[in-house]
Amino acid sequence: MERNFLDIAHMLAGGLVLTSFMLLYQDRMYGLLNVFALHAVVLSASVAWQAYIQGAPHLYVTAAIALVLKAIVIPVALHRVVARLGIHRTIETVVGIGPTMLAGMGLVALSMVVMLKATATADPLAREDLAFALSVVLLGLMMMVTRRNAVSQVVGFMSMENGLILAATGAKGMPLVVEISVAFSVLVAFVVIGVFLFRIRERFDSVDSQTLDDFRGERR
Amino acid sequence: MDLIAALAIQGLQMALVLALAPLLLGFTRKVKARLLRRRGPSIFQPYRDLLRLIRKEVVLAENASWLFRSGPYMIFAATWVAAALVPTFATGLHFSWTADLIAITALIGTARFFLALLGMDVGTSFGGIGASREMMFATLAEPAMIMITFTVALVAGSTQLSAIAQFMLTSSSLRVSLGLALAALIIVALAENARIPVDNPATHLELTMVHEAMLLEYSGRHLAVLEFAAALKLLLYISLIGCIFLPWGLAQPGDGVALYAVGLVTYVGKLALGGFLLVLIETSIAKMRVFRVPDFLGIALMLGLLGTLLRFVSRSF
Repeated sequence: MERNFLDIAHMLAGGLVLTSFMLLYQDRMYGLLNVFALHAVVLSASVAWQAYIQGAPHLYVTAAIALVLKAIVIPVALHRVVARLGIHRTIETVVGIGPTMLAGMGLVALSMVVMLKATATADPLAREDLAFALSVVLLGLMMMVTRRNAVSQVVGFMSMENGLILAATGAKGMPLVVEISVAFSVLVAFVVIGVFLFRIRERFDSVDSQTLDDFRGERR
Repeated sequence: MDLIAALAIQGLQMALVLALAPLLLGFTRKVKARLLRRRGPSIFQPYRDLLRLIRKEVVLAENASWLFRSGPYMIFAATWVAAALVPTFATGLHFSWTADLIAITALIGTARFFLALLGMDVGTSFGGIGASREMMFATLAEPAMIMITFTVALVAGSTQLSAIAQFMLTSSSLRVSLGLALAALIIVALAENARIPVDNPATHLELTMVHEAMLLEYSGRHLAVLEFAAALKLLLYISLIGCIFLPWGLAQPGDGVALYAVGLVTYVGKLALGGFLLVLIETSIAKMRVFRVPDFLGIALMLGLLGTLLRFVSRSF
């Protein structure tokens, strides 16, 4: 039974990595936001499962926060932002989808090798979950690097934060206060970024972050 | 006596895939029509279509070579052998030592090679486009299939389908790498059978068609044989997924007649479920642009690679 519990935890964490790849693959705004909501749903399922097998009821609160804030509130708000900015067209990625995917594979391989080497003596439940969590974080980071559209950079940031939560629940003993404050600081960050998006748009008539670089003096 | 029984069961399996393939096609068409709120033809319509085509006269292009006439039978033979090797209702059949995932991939590859040749034989531009696209997809779908094979083989310790099914029945643990392999196999199956996100099986004469473009010059019994081969290929992929990932209900060698009957009924159930899910996918998404397909298939390749990688890094995936 114990063995199966672990397997299901691994399945859910692996599902989160898979959804991160779906985020990388998705190149339409609304599709991206839907996949992001799915990402949060998988995260909350994973956290709830951890709560069940660790017997830690406070993790259920974390799962509920993830479900309500990240799977419902933030995607809906981003939907409205995208609609108001009028940018439901395709995202221009800096490199194509194929190379991005390959780089993502490399990142997953890297995080597996690093984590499994570094935590050779840790308990197996935490160990492999940490490896998955690190790859989710790295994939989110890569999404922020490869996308030029500010909204999809925000999505990359949020998915990175999901990876952090996965890591925190895998390693037992994260206090609930920290959990809640992280969740709310992400929400605050989201509000700030939302305001910022409209400011960028007002100033440059676009949310393409390339224009920021151009403005800094690399104008041709 | 044992030998006769074993051969009889093997023969039953060969006849079964042949008998069920058009029915599966008819079932998916019927369900699709119902989901689109149309009535749709009877689920036995593909049999009637095939019979009608067999009776019709063959119209050959003037510059058609011998390949054009013999190719359809080659394709049909390769696909039939591949479909009959997959354990459908029982494992450990008489020829199950040949039922190897790599061999099945190779048989499908052979059929595809001939199909591409036939598309180009008469020299029409549509056939050429179809053949070149089919090969473009194949360059990604085949390595993906091989990676899936490796992942499954690393977990189960064999590439032989009967052994894999046996392993899956006895081990109760869920594995991440197998989940990735399943997702990849579904993508490959959609692409190989020219189903909707990649190609539309229901239309002719679209500039984006792939599979139909290669068959455009065919008529009469040649067309019947090629359509039958396509139906067999769909059945092959659904039974492959069923055999590897849902091996419940498969009869073991030495079981009584009752267990074989149970195996048969569950197999038909699996086919119906697979057909239904396929139609559900098809009706809920739109066909993608041809130049987007390599990205889509690249995902299958990547998932297969990821599965193998996870398996290599840690035993417990």
